[in-house]
Amino acid sequence: MSNAKLAKEFEKIVGAGGVMHEEADLHAYSYDSAVLDPQVPALVIKPSNTEQLGPITKLCNDNGLPLTVRGAGTNLSGGTIPHPGGVVLLTNGLNKILEINEEDLYAVVEPGVVTAQFAAKVAQRGLFYPPDPGSQAVSTLGGNVAENAGGLRGLKYGVTKDYVMGMDFYDVNGDLIKSGSRTVKCVTGYNLSGLMVASEGTLGVFSNIILKLVPPPKASKAMMAVFDDVQKASETVAAIIANHIVPCTLEFLDNATIRYVEDYTKAGLPTDAEAILLIEVDGHPAEVIDDAEKVVNICNKIGAIAVQAAETAEEREALWTARRNALPALARAKPTTVLEDATVPRSQIPAMMAGLKKIAEKYKLDIGTFGHAGDGNLHPTILCDNRNKEEFHRVEEAVNEIFDVALSLKGTLSGEHGIGMAKSKWMEKETSRATLDYSLRMKKAIDPKGILNPGKIIGG
Amino acid sequence: MNDLKQLAQNLMELDDQMVACMKCGMCQAVCPVFAETMQEADVTRGKIALLEKLAHEMVRDADQVNEKLNRCLLCGSCAANCPSGVKIMDIFMKARVIVTTYKGLSQTKKMIFKGLLTRPKLFNFLTEMSAKFQGPFTKVADQASGASSCAMLNPLIGERTFMPLAKRPFRKDYPQLDTPRGTSGLKVAFYPGCVVDKMFPQVGHAAIKILEYHGVGIFLPKAQACCGIPTLASGDSDTFVDLMKQNVKAFENGTFDYLVTPCATCTATIHETWIKMIDTEDAVFKDKVQAIADKTMDINAFLVDVVGVKAPSELSKGGKVVTYHDPCHLSKSLGVTAQPRALLKSNQSYEFKEMNEANRCCGCGGSFNLYHYDLSKKIGERKAENVRDAGADVAATGCPACMMQLSDMLAQSGGGVEVKHVLEIYADSIK
Ligand SMILES: Cc1cc2nc3c(=O)[nH]c(=O)nc-3n(C[C@H](O)[C@H](O)[C@H](O)COP(=O)(O)OP(=O)(O)OC[C@H]3O[C@@H](n4cnc5c(N)ncnc54)[C@H](O)[C@@H]3O)c2cc1C
Ligand code: SF4
Ligand code: SF4
Ligand code: SF4
Repeated sequence: MSNAKLAKEFEKIVGAGGVMHEEADLHAYSYDSAVLDPQVPALVIKPSNTEQLGPITKLCNDNGLPLTVRGAGTNLSGGTIPHPGGVVLLTNGLNKILEINEEDLYAVVEPGVVTAQFAAKVAQRGLFYPPDPGSQAVSTLGGNVAENAGGLRGLKYGVTKDYVMGMDFYDVNGDLIKSGSRTVKCVTGYNLSGLMVASEGTLGVFSNIILKLVPPPKASKAMMAVFDDVQKASETVAAIIANHIVPCTLEFLDNATIRYVEDYTKAGLPTDAEAILLIEVDGHPAEVIDDAEKVVNICNKIGAIAVQAAETAEEREALWTARRNALPALARAKPTTVLEDATVPRSQIPAMMAGLKKIAEKYKLDIGTFGHAGDGNLHPTILCDNRNKEEFHRVEEAVNEIFDVALSLKGTLSGEHGIGMAKSKWMEKETSRATLDYSLRMKKAIDPKGILNPGKIIGG
Repeated sequence: MNDLKQLAQNLMELDDQMVACMKCGMCQAVCPVFAETMQEADVTRGKIALLEKLAHEMVRDADQVNEKLNRCLLCGSCAANCPSGVKIMDIFMKARVIVTTYKGLSQTKKMIFKGLLTRPKLFNFLTEMSAKFQGPFTKVADQASGASSCAMLNPLIGERTFMPLAKRPFRKDYPQLDTPRGTSGLKVAFYPGCVVDKMFPQVGHAAIKILEYHGVGIFLPKAQACCGIPTLASGDSDTFVDLMKQNVKAFENGTFDYLVTPCATCTATIHETWIKMIDTEDAVFKDKVQAIADKTMDINAFLVDVVGVKAPSELSKGGKVVTYHDPCHLSKSLGVTAQPRALLKSNQSYEFKEMNEANRCCGCGGSFNLYHYDLSKKIGERKAENVRDAGADVAATGCPACMMQLSDMLAQSGGGVEVKHVLEIYADSIK
């Protein structure tokens, strides 16, 4: 079928206003937040309700049209870069919060609800949705689930997967599949929602998602520990965990990051420090006082030059705003920022930091590093200009080596940003040929024609 | 110019600035247009991506890109919140000039900009004539906000209610002024701007009253022209520079410490934009423009930060509830937010109440309001709702363009709320 004919077919499902096919619109959906070459789709479809999702997947499947679902398009691994000639399906208009259940502590949402707006709504009801990726002001819950997004609170509260109780999703035939339930315990059948989490749009299109909520902590204390030595900061991270204290947040910023973030947020960060740790403990007030004291002692023992506590809500918010803006603020330095999220066991952070330093020297690159140190999830960020071919070649080499170091330390390719197109070629290296084959067989059984977000995660 | 290659080459000049956009998408959180349409081409990163692609000749339909580029309020919300510090407003302004140069200016705009705005005398005459004869064509829609609706069908005006032209423009009463420094020891050049002059002369009068009360000398030259922003927003940089030259000439003969305006948009244009658009002019002219730009200040900020005003008189407390809308050009471009509130609070016969999202654009955006009225209205309705939720009797602001939009939106949503400039309320407290 020609594109014009297909457009007409889609219009029957979503109405004329729901199909975009002008050159400018198509190009506006050719990229996401990853540093990868854009690809132009043939059509962009914007459904106005979740019931339209089934007929859309079916129409794509019947016509062999590659389908890429797009939430806010903020993923950092190319997960929403469409297949050329394929279809982009927008979910950001499907943004109703269908239920917030205060008694049973769950909520049911459409996939396009913006993360921060959802967190704010449940907070108004005295409840707490902990996953808070740095992009939460714009990212969608569907996108969070599909990427298994993590956030600043991952250390204690876990990541998105720990909050998905169930979901409805459409398979490639347009059938509605139901998994999980509104109960905390549910072991009926395969854990299909578990399979959907981190599936990056390759296995089905989520319509409604059931998310777990928790009571908010009664008290919290945020602190900033300042170091004149990166190694000391990373040893402190390992020591806090080794002392069996689990802060809700334990974040690391190196000097380059501190400087750029301060330039943007004016949060009062010490720009001459080699590294800082942002630490927050929360829970019962007594426990918070106790934990905070222990943290301060550990920091001092290892050699922090200062430990400052946020005294007011504003001071605390300033620290977290500063941290959340680390990535975009680093982007001020150079035209291109290549951000990795190789992750290592926490005890290996000092080794990983040493490895990164060597790589930066070897390839003569400017690497700023920040990240969820408490999870071992660091974000080495290479500041470069991808228009400079020679430099960008060095960047690619450096990225290879970063993965090698992480894997040699028993780490993983991605702590939270997903595999997408960016890292699919390393999949076999981290796992095994057999693992990749197993995944391919599963994908083939679910999506025989390879319609759902082809080229992502397992390549092909 | 009609050559796509040339267009692409000209856009490449912006490449260094555009490449700073890392496509993080954080602008989606603040763009009022995106909030309504949720389409990527309507938010900053989409527009930048399209311009980049036009520059690299990956997109060849300049008309489509131009259309997307114009679906923008130029409110600066994205620039103020862009973590990567992309110079978004510079990119958008320059891109509009480049694309318009390629496409050519529409006949209507040519007539208005080149034929009218650059000839202030003719412009003044025509608007005065229209003011005299507009009576039969308009009817008052809402007494409180002063908005009118159009009694005759006019495709450009449609369902809008709008401010009628003032019967007597401000400049009719004050064709020129040159008063000495008073008790304050200060002297300012006063730049009312066209909208205050022709639609809200009372704001100009309030400004004069306040400046005189505080012993500030005033220089108001005879031949000042429009600040030029409507022309630049439409991509007509020639007329923009022409108007700038007329203004520089008008103001260079006076001595003054500051140039103050009651219009947020004029202030931002003179203070920030003028100097950016004269790359090819000679150094002497650049110095003159820079000197004026450096002296230019929002009048609220001038009164609070420089003159140091205090509540002039004790007034009986309570009364009407007033809320404040932050004009984008004041809050996002110039960072002026506290001073207008301080002035409002100093008039004790009003009770000040903060509205939700005071800092969110009202949706006017100059000609955006004409060409995308449906979007402009949706954005404005949210503003009107916030004003009403605050329980306000009066919505105050610091930009006459915002006053027009607020009047329209409040009138259409039931009326009953007055729209005033901060200066009017402050001037009321001066006996
Ligand atoms: C400044 C910045 C900071 C960030 N910080 C973090 C962070 O702290 N932690 C973190 O984990 N990530 C972070 N990210 C990455 C990104 O924001 C997350 O991956 C986020 O979850 C993506 O959400 P989205 O709505 O933008 O999804 P998109 O980018 O639109 O989509 C992501 C993937 O999900 C799929 N998808 C989306 N919706 C559906 C659906 N309904 N059904 C099926 N598949 C779907 C898409 O096909 C795609 O493969 C950051 C990104 C930026 C730009
Ligand atoms: S916030 Fe700034 S850097 Fe991010 S996408 Fe928007 S314009 Fe680009
Ligand atoms: S200037 Fe305003 S309307 Fe235009 S893109 Fe930026 S935020 Fe949106
Ligand atoms: S009218 Fe006012 S609020 Fe609206 S765009 Fe202009 S300055 Fe901003």
